[in-house]
Amino acid sequence: MMAEEKNTKVAVPELGKTAEERPKWDNKVQYLLTCIGFAVGLGNVWRFPYLCQTYGGGAFLIPYIIALIFEGIPLLHMELAIGQRLRQGSIGVWNSISPFLGGVGIGSLIVSFLVGLFYNTILAWVLWYFFHSFQDPLPWRDCPLNQNKTGYIEECAKSTPVNYFWYRVTLNITPNIIDSGDLQWWMVICLASAWGIVYICFIRGIETIGKAVYVTATFPYLVLTIFLIRALTLPGATEGLVYLFTPKVEVLKDPKVWLDAATQIFFSLSLAFGGLIAFSSYNPQKNNCERDAVIVGVVNSATSIYASIPIFAILGFKATSNYNDCLDGNILSITNAFNIGDQNVTRENYDSWLNHLNTTHSQEIEDLHLKHCSIQEFLDQSASGTGLAFIVFTEAVIKMPGSQVWAVLFFVMLFSLGLSSMFGNLEGILTPLLDLHLVPKWLPKEAFTGLICLIAFSLALIFTMGSGNYWLEIFNSYVGSLPLLIIAFFEIISVVYIYGIGRFNDDIEWMTGRRPNLYWQATWRVISPLMLLIVFLAYIVVQVQQPATYEAWNPNYINFPMTETLDYPGWVFAICVLLSSVPCIFIPIVALYRFIQWIMRRVHQSQNRSPCENHAYEPELQ
Amino acid sequence: MLAKVLLALSLVPALALALCQPDGQDAYNVRLSIKTALGANAYEWSESEQFLFRATLAFAMRQYTGQETFNVSSVIVCDETPRVSFWFVVTNPSNTATLIPKNTVEAAIRLSRNRINSAFLLSDKTLQFLGIPPTLAPPSQPSLPVWLIVFGVVMGLVTVGILALIISGFIERKKKEKTIEDEDEEEKQERIMENDISCQTLEGKNGVNNGAYTHDEDRLTQL
Repeated sequence: MMAEEKNTKVAVPELGKTAEERPKWDNKVQYLLTCIGFAVGLGNVWRFPYLCQTYGGGAFLIPYIIALIFEGIPLLHMELAIGQRLRQGSIGVWNSISPFLGGVGIGSLIVSFLVGLFYNTILAWVLWYFFHSFQDPLPWRDCPLNQNKTGYIEECAKSTPVNYFWYRVTLNITPNIIDSGDLQWWMVICLASAWGIVYICFIRGIETIGKAVYVTATFPYLVLTIFLIRALTLPGATEGLVYLFTPKVEVLKDPKVWLDAATQIFFSLSLAFGGLIAFSSYNPQKNNCERDAVIVGVVNSATSIYASIPIFAILGFKATSNYNDCLDGNILSITNAFNIGDQNVTRENYDSWLNHLNTTHSQEIEDLHLKHCSIQEFLDQSASGTGLAFIVFTEAVIKMPGSQVWAVLFFVMLFSLGLSSMFGNLEGILTPLLDLHLVPKWLPKEAFTGLICLIAFSLALIFTMGSGNYWLEIFNSYVGSLPLLIIAFFEIISVVYIYGIGRFNDDIEWMTGRRPNLYWQATWRVISPLMLLIVFLAYIVVQVQQPATYEAWNPNYINFPMTETLDYPGWVFAICVLLSSVPCIFIPIVALYRFIQWIMRRVHQSQNRSPCENHAYEPELQ
Repeated sequence: MLAKVLLALSLVPALALALCQPDGQDAYNVRLSIKTALGANAYEWSESEQFLFRATLAFAMRQYTGQETFNVSSVIVCDETPRVSFWFVVTNPSNTATLIPKNTVEAAIRLSRNRINSAFLLSDKTLQFLGIPPTLAPPSQPSLPVWLIVFGVVMGLVTVGILALIISGFIERKKKEKTIEDEDEEEKQERIMENDISCQTLEGKNGVNNGAYTHDEDRLTQL
């Protein structure tokens, strides 16, 4: 049924084609929650507290906040503003600014995809632990018995039940990265369920994501509060908190502290992934992006600080428990060796007893080989990353009454934290692809998002093999670090110097009604690019100095249960370098490609030019 | 005669003591941690408690060997310490000069370990027979691992959710296509946009009057 043309003055588009309406957020709250959810991820819970504790407690907040003010928030504002103004995903935005910069968008896309692969595998591990948290007793509390039921399995007896459950039962890890092992079926089905849950929320893009974030972005705060209340009532909590927050100001003299603060802020805010640009592109143009950026930046850092309180209270509790166990072990040895009455030697009078016995029976005391128990030592046994969640925290949870409840709450919290970050990664992939019109019209959005999830799931099966954890560490260190710094540097240089800071200021004035003040001008033009450059160079210097090694779990190692330090084989190291460089290499490649196109066009034009033709007045074709 | 009897009687405890030697070949060391196990409800270790122990052990020997000749007197205790630890040996009821071998005693204790523990309200850890390892609890193996059940529930919900969303999206798309088809000419023209201006408005009006260029005819004098 073709439309009957009355006249041909205006070209009428085909039947059924309306102006492509860009999807939009239902309300401002959805948008803010999504951005906050993207920024607040697993790193806020398991990286920041570790850094805080390693770098002098309360003193670390100083470089952290300085980095937030001079690097984090300006870059955040820039990304949100440019996405909102140009209303396109990462590739479209950089293409609009200049066709030579298309590579920046492609780099963001590739990084988002690669990070999404391994990030969801971590969520699969979280799910595995969640499924196992419903057992009584928790499966990581006891060692399993060996074949003839005479004792515990050797690997477990030498290390701890928690370590055994993580390395053997969950990962079934191989002794080194070359030995790939098989696909672990239980990990495959956990990975499938993780991708299934992600798919449900992501199925129609921001339409479904916007509804999911009401839960995934707010639930972690509820759980953190519950943990805070519980943790503060545990014995030893105050030791942990004192240890965390005691400022050691002399640590600030070490440049590595400043480097780590800057990188932590940068990665924590999820900049340069293209996800934030995608989210803000669905906003109405008249939206106060300046206020949004400040809100998201401040909430992200506040969440990090807020999360470190219960984490460290619980770690303090764990350290105190370990210390008490150590003391009790020594007390039992002394009681048994000297046949002192039961419970006559207590934790309180242990020291006086020991001194007394040392003077009278020093030889026997020496023969007992008493362990040296120091609470400082136990507090120092901190960890970050998966080690914190799956080894240290699970051990602490066993000792808490009502372990199953705490375990379930903890793993659901980790899952929602990670899920809301995954949304950003996937939107950073979906939006540019939709904007490039690479998707055929007949393919419904549900099928396209399903296809993305399916491809990602198949590639992520690498991480379910025996050596999967080693590969994940590689992806984590090499993809999720250097390329992002490079992309962010090009982003800010493009916006400020190629798009033009004057034009950008005008845009923001039009969008928010207020011209950006001196703080924004100073940070965008000079301070942030400079900081990025310094961080990038310092990062390279540090990385080059570190040997390319990894920690392997090898039961046959002489010093087992210590991890074995192995070198990356040549081909593996080549892959590491490839992972770091492939996203960045598109920047020069695309620039070169466009340059060649431009040259060809100029050559073509100069050959065909007729002096009488004026191309500015090309007549309309009939 | 009386002297001989007296000598024999005095030798018996001495003999008994000689039989029970710490680190003896057939002797076992026992260690009790009553305060650790019972805390405030701990009882004092007394002669009567010792008597109960010997009786329980005799019971264990009876249960294992099936011989009902074992008596409290068959179990000899020595070297008691304030720890509450002591050594004991079990004498053969038919020949009180010989001892029951270590293995038999161990087997007997193992068999009735639970009963011995309960008599003293203690456990394998707090009533230790040094040299006899505590019985390890067999791992509980449910018929279907619990985690698979939780996994099944979660996956079921996920699959239902995905199907629901796909089907609802499909239905919505079909409805939208139907409303587009059902539109008549008027509505279609209204909907079609060119340059954000509805084509209908463009075609309807004969251009737009630009007030800056209206000639005010009356001001000019007519020719």
